[in-house]
Amino acid sequence: MDWVNAIVQGTLLGGLYALFAAGLSLIFGVMRLVNIAHGDLIVLAAYLGLTVTTATGMHPLAALMIVVPVMALIGYALQRGLLNQTLGDDILPPLLVTFGLSVILQNALLEVYTADPQKLDAGTLETAGVSFGGLTLGVLPLMTFAVAIAVIWGLQWTFYHTALGRAFRAVSDNQDIAQLMGLNRRHIFGLAMALALGVTAIAGILLGIRTSFDPSIGGGRLIFGFEAVIIGGLGNLWGTLAGGVILGIAQTVGAKIDPGWQLLAGHLAFLIILAIRPNGLFPRVSG
Amino acid sequence: MPDPILQTRGLDAHYGDFQALYGVDIEVGEGEVLAIIGANGAGKTTLMRSITGLLRNGPGQVAYHGQDISRLRADEVAARGLAMVPEGRQLFPSLSVRENLMIGAQVARSGPWDLAAVYKLFPILEERKDQASTSLSGGQQQMVAIGRALMANPDLILFDEISLGLAPIIIKDIYTALPGIIGEGMSAIIVEQDITKALSVSRRVYCLQEGRISLEGMSASVSREDISRAYFGIE
Repeated sequence: MDWVNAIVQGTLLGGLYALFAAGLSLIFGVMRLVNIAHGDLIVLAAYLGLTVTTATGMHPLAALMIVVPVMALIGYALQRGLLNQTLGDDILPPLLVTFGLSVILQNALLEVYTADPQKLDAGTLETAGVSFGGLTLGVLPLMTFAVAIAVIWGLQWTFYHTALGRAFRAVSDNQDIAQLMGLNRRHIFGLAMALALGVTAIAGILLGIRTSFDPSIGGGRLIFGFEAVIIGGLGNLWGTLAGGVILGIAQTVGAKIDPGWQLLAGHLAFLIILAIRPNGLFPRVSG
Repeated sequence: MPDPILQTRGLDAHYGDFQALYGVDIEVGEGEVLAIIGANGAGKTTLMRSITGLLRNGPGQVAYHGQDISRLRADEVAARGLAMVPEGRQLFPSLSVRENLMIGAQVARSGPWDLAAVYKLFPILEERKDQASTSLSGGQQQMVAIGRALMANPDLILFDEISLGLAPIIIKDIYTALPGIIGEGMSAIIVEQDITKALSVSRRVYCLQEGRISLEGMSASVSREDISRAYFGIE
């Protein structure tokens, strides 16, 4: 039963990792931008949540109503003001600029919020659990997993059933021709980043409720996100969810064997899958 | 001749240090069908990229409806009613046939062309509307590319090498359909390597040679000798 428990808990943890990864995946898919600052943006969202909850006394989940639009606005401004200028045939400039952004964000957060670990207080939600066939599942992890499914479903629906999604795919296919169709790729990229950071806001708040955070943890979240994306296969959002779940299970099962192995087991699972299937488990079938 | 819908004045174009166009002056009249011919590398596609705003132009080099559009981005030019059927069709591979057409309507100009009108023109596209655009034959893909440009309800439509890579029978079909497609009031520029086809559907013709206009004339009256000279630069 302990092993079943580890697998179930790992699956639910995978929901959080999928939320870390979804924004990365979306941005890479639309504009081939690898955002090294993604983890720090998740942490930024958690801190914004902290500011909102301490200032207003709101529940962290209610704070999403503010943090999601704020992060989306930051995303649009960041894309139009900075990242669009780095995009081109060379893949190095966006990597360097987002790396620099990551350093700036960490230091700015340190300056404003200090290095003390913080946590979002979600009251009884943090400890509430439900019993299910001999297992006790936390309400928060269950909710996180449900949110991950809803978010990925929503992104998938946006991509394949809306004019915005059509524009995302068209710009991703061929920027010049999309431009000829009247799509301003700079604006479309801005909207994609806004959407990605909106998702990142959700990930950041859920992270902040689940564990304590400080300005330095962004890099680790970035790695988990990357691993989930690569395991699942680039450009496939449901694959990203599967990737997150595999990573989560590897970590909890690893921790079950030896508590020190949690992170190592996740990385090993990633390396093994990368070695066997370099394109991930569910790569997008190109048409 | 009526007022020009499109006019270039001393249009230059560069790719890095390489100059592809030298002071090109062309004019398209309202409702006119213009042909641009020339050998490979003469600058035909570059000219199309300059007009549509995909290349950056110097100020005052391109005017559309009498207004300077030379500094506008391609999406802004498109919004003013200038559409292109690009060389090699260039459909969006991750979009279905219907979505490719829908994206043409992105500029949201009003006019006779909508999905129903395109399906009426090319019934096969309605049958295939949910398929990936890459699964179609070359000729059907060209229909999608033409339909996609029409969906914008443009005043001026540029056809860049629409016969390239297609079977002769399909080329013939497309050229037979062309006058009906261009229709009332719409102007068109047809870029072609196939001179006979280009002359047959156009009123006037320009020939490009090494980035310069080497010939301008009425399509019905230019002589073969003049064209050969303008085309190849042989005296």
